[in-house]
Amino acid sequence: MDLKLDDHLKDGIRVVDVEGEIDVYTAPRLRELLIDLVNKGDYQLVVNMEKVEFLDSTGLGVLVGGLKRVRAHDGSLDLVCRQERILKIFRITGLTKVFGIHDTVEEAIKARKSEK
Amino acid sequence: MVEVAFTPLPAHVRTARLVAVAVARRSGVADSLLDEVRLAVGEACSRAVEAHRLHCPAEPVKIELTASGGRFEVIVTDSAPADPAPPEPAAAAAKLAGAAAGNGHGGLQDGLGLAVIAELADDVKISRTAAGISVSMSWPSSAGQA
Repeated sequence: MDLKLDDHLKDGIRVVDVEGEIDVYTAPRLRELLIDLVNKGDYQLVVNMEKVEFLDSTGLGVLVGGLKRVRAHDGSLDLVCRQERILKIFRITGLTKVFGIHDTVEEAIKARKSEK
Repeated sequence: MVEVAFTPLPAHVRTARLVAVAVARRSGVADSLLDEVRLAVGEACSRAVEAHRLHCPAEPVKIELTASGGRFEVIVTDSAPADPAPPEPAAAAAKLAGAAAGNGHGGLQDGLGLAVIAELADDVKISRTAAGISVSMSWPSSAGQA
């Protein structure tokens, strides 16, 4: 399936819900959304990947690009994902050490709030 | 053998992944390995598509899928010159982490796809052909010829 993107504010943190496949074809749309959010002043982001069916290195690059942008504003980009097939690519590339990866959106927000 | 040639458009990479998984399943590749086939073939095709878009957008990307001798093999061949040498997975990951920390500038995907493939397939060969780069990867299979 294609990529569906949605976003909403929860406890002052912008949650981006991603559904479908993030690959070389669809990743530019996620990149544009993340850039748009940062340009509008959203620097605390949680990307919910629970409904992501496929993620490749292009998608990883977009997430890293997003993280770089929010960090430039002392912000954060955390991920929500429990799917082993998606987590595997984060482990292969060592990015589990770079991103905060949580089981639920609530946990991601709670962890972020507790760091403040 | 199944051969696929496609115009180097990002939208076609998904089709290539679907074909690869369908042929792998039919060739007796274990269900537990199909996600690895899907990701590795997708990475190889994404890399080839990007290379073609830079160097030869009119040329198709080619994929060969074969099953014989207990192996399912996929070869993705491009016709783009001057592709950089693939980095080690650790180097690619360090580059990504560095970029996340604000030390890098663009080029995040350089070689990362190949680094991912190297971790996913049992047997990966990256070779230069007369025209471009050929990425060969294989997995165990139980069926006869594809």
